[in-house]
Amino acid sequence: MDLCINGQQKQYSEPLSIVQLLEQLELTPERVVVELNREILTAEKRADIQLHNGDTLELIQFVGGG
Amino acid sequence: MQLFINEQCCRFQTEIRLFELRERQKPDADLLIVNGFPVSTDQQLKDGDRVVLIRRGEQPSVDELEALMMARHTPGVHEKIKNSCVGIAGAGGLGSNIAIALTRIGVGKLIVADFDLVEPSNLNRQQYFIDQIGLPKVQALTENLRRINPGVEIVAIQEKITPENLFKYFSAVNVMVEAFDAADQKAMLISNFLRSSPQTPLVAASGMAGYQPANSIKTRKAAQNLYLCGDGITAAQPGRGLMAPRVGIAAHHQANAVLRLLLGEEPE
Repeated sequence: MDLCINGQQKQYSEPLSIVQLLEQLELTPERVVVELNREILTAEKRADIQLHNGDTLELIQFVGGG
Repeated sequence: MQLFINEQCCRFQTEIRLFELRERQKPDADLLIVNGFPVSTDQQLKDGDRVVLIRRGEQPSVDELEALMMARHTPGVHEKIKNSCVGIAGAGGLGSNIAIALTRIGVGKLIVADFDLVEPSNLNRQQYFIDQIGLPKVQALTENLRRINPGVEIVAIQEKITPENLFKYFSAVNVMVEAFDAADQKAMLISNFLRSSPQTPLVAASGMAGYQPANSIKTRKAAQNLYLCGDGITAAQPGRGLMAPRVGIAAHHQANAVLRLLLGEEPE
């Protein structure tokens, strides 16, 4: 499965959900905004979404401070 | 002869001297400024001179202040800003600075939400005063904003913003601003707001702790209708606190991104 993550092409051999992808990338899910194919997903919405070949993702990780 | 008196263009058939102008326009003025410099003696005015007549301690009316600001911003720009509404979630280091910048440029309406009270440690970067410690931040901020520009409508919400109440308060804004402190709150607000209002641009911030070089703070487009200010990596943590200069830089990146969006320009 080919995914485009933050503008870079990545290959994955196993099927992946968004949650699994975030885990693999060692990202803290509550601190990440996920855009899948130009659509922002809420934490609730993305819980059970499986990724497909050719999907484009923007993963934006936030750090604390303000 | 044409003069600009308190930013308004005025025409005169004949030449006029400064004290005569004061007598005609504002006899009680005790501070006369010609082309940016205070003047105490009478003098001949020249075509195109800019004269400001002030009575010390007197506050301009809301209409006068607006005329002064309009002259500064050029009319087309001022109209757009004045007719717009901006939502700000969080009134801490980012939100208080952003609200002040947007009030100074005369954004018509600001909706500011924060559940917190002003604490002594906030004063290292947040736009509050020592005599405001203990007040709800949105109340203290409203007072401060009114002192700057009473013409701006302020809606203050002292409540924690959640996915449930977000849409109720911020559904009608032209631009939304994320100004929270905690990373998970930032992500919560952005995900839920852009999900419920995908057509409304949102300006967020991430990474502005410490005293790394100022130029590492950037504005970039991070997703559809999402603009992100900050260095993206420098989290607040023990030994690397949040400090006024960098938080202020990130906040003003956000305020400038808002202004550009209101004027139909891309922030990046």
